[in-house]
Amino acid sequence: MKYAIELVGITKRFARTVANDNVTLSVSAGSIHALVGENGAGKTTLMETLYGIYQPDSGKIRIHDTEVAIKSPQDSIRQGIGMVHQHFMLVPTLSVLENIILGAEDTRNAFLDLAKTSERITALADKFSLSVPLNEKVQDLGVGIQQRVEILKALYRKADILILDEPTAVLTPQESTRLFGILSELKQQGKTIVLITHKLNEVMEISDRVSVMRKGKIVGEMDTPTTSPQEIAELMVGRPVLLRVEKSKANTGKPVLSISNLSYVDRRGVEILKNVNFSVASGEILGIAGVEGNGQTQLVECITGLVKPTSGTISLNGVNLVGFPVKRVFDSGLAHVPEDRLKRGLVVDFTVKENLILGLHTRQEFNSRLSMRRSAIEQNARMLIKKYDVRPDDPDAIARGLSGGNQQKVIIARELSRNAQLIVASQPTRGVDIGGTEFIHRSIISERDKGKAVLLISADLTEVLSLSDRIAVIYDGMIVKIFPDNKVEESELGLFMTGTKGNGREASLA
Amino acid sequence: MAEKRHWLEHSITQNFFVPVLAVVLSFAVGAIFIAIVGQNPIEVYYVLFSQTLGNEYGIGQLLFKTTPLIFAGLSVAICFKAGLFNIGAEGQLQIGAFATALVGMYTFGVPAFIEIPLLVLAGIVGGGIWGFIPGYLKAKTGAHEVINTIMLNFVALALVSYFATNIYNVPATVHTPSIAPTGRIPRFDVFFSGFEGSPVNFSILIAIVAAIFVWYYIDRTRPGYELRVVGLNAKAAEFGGINVARNLILSMTIGGALAGLVGTNYVMGYKYYFEEGFSTGTGFMGIAVALLGNNNPFGVILAALLFGMLEYGGLVINTMVPKELVSILQAIVIIFVISSNKIFRKTLVNYMKTRTLSVNQ
Repeated sequence: MKYAIELVGITKRFARTVANDNVTLSVSAGSIHALVGENGAGKTTLMETLYGIYQPDSGKIRIHDTEVAIKSPQDSIRQGIGMVHQHFMLVPTLSVLENIILGAEDTRNAFLDLAKTSERITALADKFSLSVPLNEKVQDLGVGIQQRVEILKALYRKADILILDEPTAVLTPQESTRLFGILSELKQQGKTIVLITHKLNEVMEISDRVSVMRKGKIVGEMDTPTTSPQEIAELMVGRPVLLRVEKSKANTGKPVLSISNLSYVDRRGVEILKNVNFSVASGEILGIAGVEGNGQTQLVECITGLVKPTSGTISLNGVNLVGFPVKRVFDSGLAHVPEDRLKRGLVVDFTVKENLILGLHTRQEFNSRLSMRRSAIEQNARMLIKKYDVRPDDPDAIARGLSGGNQQKVIIARELSRNAQLIVASQPTRGVDIGGTEFIHRSIISERDKGKAVLLISADLTEVLSLSDRIAVIYDGMIVKIFPDNKVEESELGLFMTGTKGNGREASLA
Repeated sequence: MAEKRHWLEHSITQNFFVPVLAVVLSFAVGAIFIAIVGQNPIEVYYVLFSQTLGNEYGIGQLLFKTTPLIFAGLSVAICFKAGLFNIGAEGQLQIGAFATALVGMYTFGVPAFIEIPLLVLAGIVGGGIWGFIPGYLKAKTGAHEVINTIMLNFVALALVSYFATNIYNVPATVHTPSIAPTGRIPRFDVFFSGFEGSPVNFSILIAIVAAIFVWYYIDRTRPGYELRVVGLNAKAAEFGGINVARNLILSMTIGGALAGLVGTNYVMGYKYYFEEGFSTGTGFMGIAVALLGNNNPFGVILAALLFGMLEYGGLVINTMVPKELVSILQAIVIIFVISSNKIFRKTLVNYMKTRTLSVNQ
């Protein structure tokens, strides 16, 4: 068998951590190769080294049997390598066409030859059934289409090796299926694909071969048909793991949060939330499923007091929170795990102990007359770090240096330490590895079992399905469906999430 | 992480080491310029250091120049901690110093233990108001504080210059009448004869107290915690129930008040009146001082000492080299410090890495 990519003994160090430790990986030409591992296992670093973003400290790279020196992404593009990053590298205000040709423009007498280029791209798109609207601005497109633009961008640069970093992280089930169709098509046409992921069902569904990384090393490599999700998961984590969340039946009590006729019109006059009604009772987890950008962010911001709804009421234990400043909302008995931990949840330049009191810093226990009580802050940190297994176990570690999973644990620890009646958890395990996810899920369920009401908002359907006791679907600012239990197929949810099924108005009145 | 770290890896040593390295290197580059104008750099530097640090008079002059730089540096630093760039220290110190002089000239007969705090307070209030305005505009309208503080500098300068030359001036001068004698802050030479002739006075103690206050406030108090959250991540502050607008206003007001204290040195400790043009860009030097001091109050003191030395040293070596050379030297220090942070830190870390690697092998 011929190899498209051979990485031999790649080692890459960052300061004191070894991101890739003598990694050897061979990818057969014309195959789909999955590269899996937990966050921080070194998958992305390895691929970004191949793509020329990093230089390895040692090791060799061979492309189609020829040893190459890749010093920059330009070099790797020249070698026919394309990469679709987890966060798209597109210019939102430019059109699709402009984005595709950016940096590789065809010119005629120093002017762009758009007509000719446009023809070429259309031909290329047709060949791989990648339909994209060439003249629309990227900012007006959904993420699924933006991703196709990224793929087309790589193909336009004559890539025959395509690296995709967590490509389904932002997609709906339907979009993911569509993407996999495209990937199969690309494979048919002889392209080689490396898929970085930590979703095991995807590995099983699409890949020919899978390599598992842990702590910078390749710990296993198998042909996909010969392995199982359980085996892969254990290799990733290094110990037996529970892929299914274990939880008992919900012991539902009185409603804690009741939202009625909630609407929100943003500053531009766009109606983001339309007459939303639902409630969450103590002892239950209500999951909200939906494609990102359908009003989830604003719904959470309304509940937590970060923005003021246009109309409607949000009552927490009978108290209407609308119009309360954030601090008073918290004091009314709410905890909030924000969707974007770096933007809202953490001060990354602060130490862990300073982050662990954000929002709780006005509490008496942390303050004496003039100054803050440093011993109390330190003690609080030590207790929470231990309880939530935050690593490193150093209250003075700077939050920026923690892995995504540990940063998230800091936030979860802080918010659960409020001991609030209602927990609003937005994307609680986004970018968190299997081990961390397992831990966070268990923490959330144990809060539920203590009688807390949990509102879970997640773009990860597996998470919504496995944690929730009831599931609401949000589409275009409306709750289009509330399922009384979690026994529903992903594909069925997907239909509601994309507005194919469900009439908003009827459902939200129901 | 029980692993033992190389000493250079600690941010504290880096924060100290990097600026010091930058200063040393800038002196080396300055030597080239001295050589270009045909002087011997070693001789010039010898005179520079011996005349500023070598005798009490020189030290007195140096400290006299340092005091206002500490106030201005603290002013910029505390705003920076809240994520604001205060270019307005110059205007704030003009208003503050003028307020001190104004109150001082109308309060004759008040005992010193009331008069001195009163005049200090006048400076705080004057500067504070001038900091509050751009802070309020930033918080309520989003108007950028850089533009507004620059504009308010012009307004402040024009205002005090008008009042100091037309309304409250001693006829045929550009200064106000003297403040009440009880409002005077004693000079060093009253107690230590070695400082004879130098205007250095005990307002430098106020500057040091101010630095301790700023450190304690930022590092130890709850409002200081909130201010830092706002400066590092306003979205997270919002999330944590912190009133961002109030913190922006507060930090600019405190910043203005700190700059307003400059009058203690000049008005209360030196001339005993306000004079048009008394500050030659002290507020702007404050930016460099804060930068070199890494926005740390004690770093600010050290940086102010360096710039104070350069300012007075410039006068000392005036006969040997053109006075522009001192400006060049100051500028080089600033440029080195600004660009050093990244470059030197990286070099240091690399150096340390190769060392630990070779130790491990």
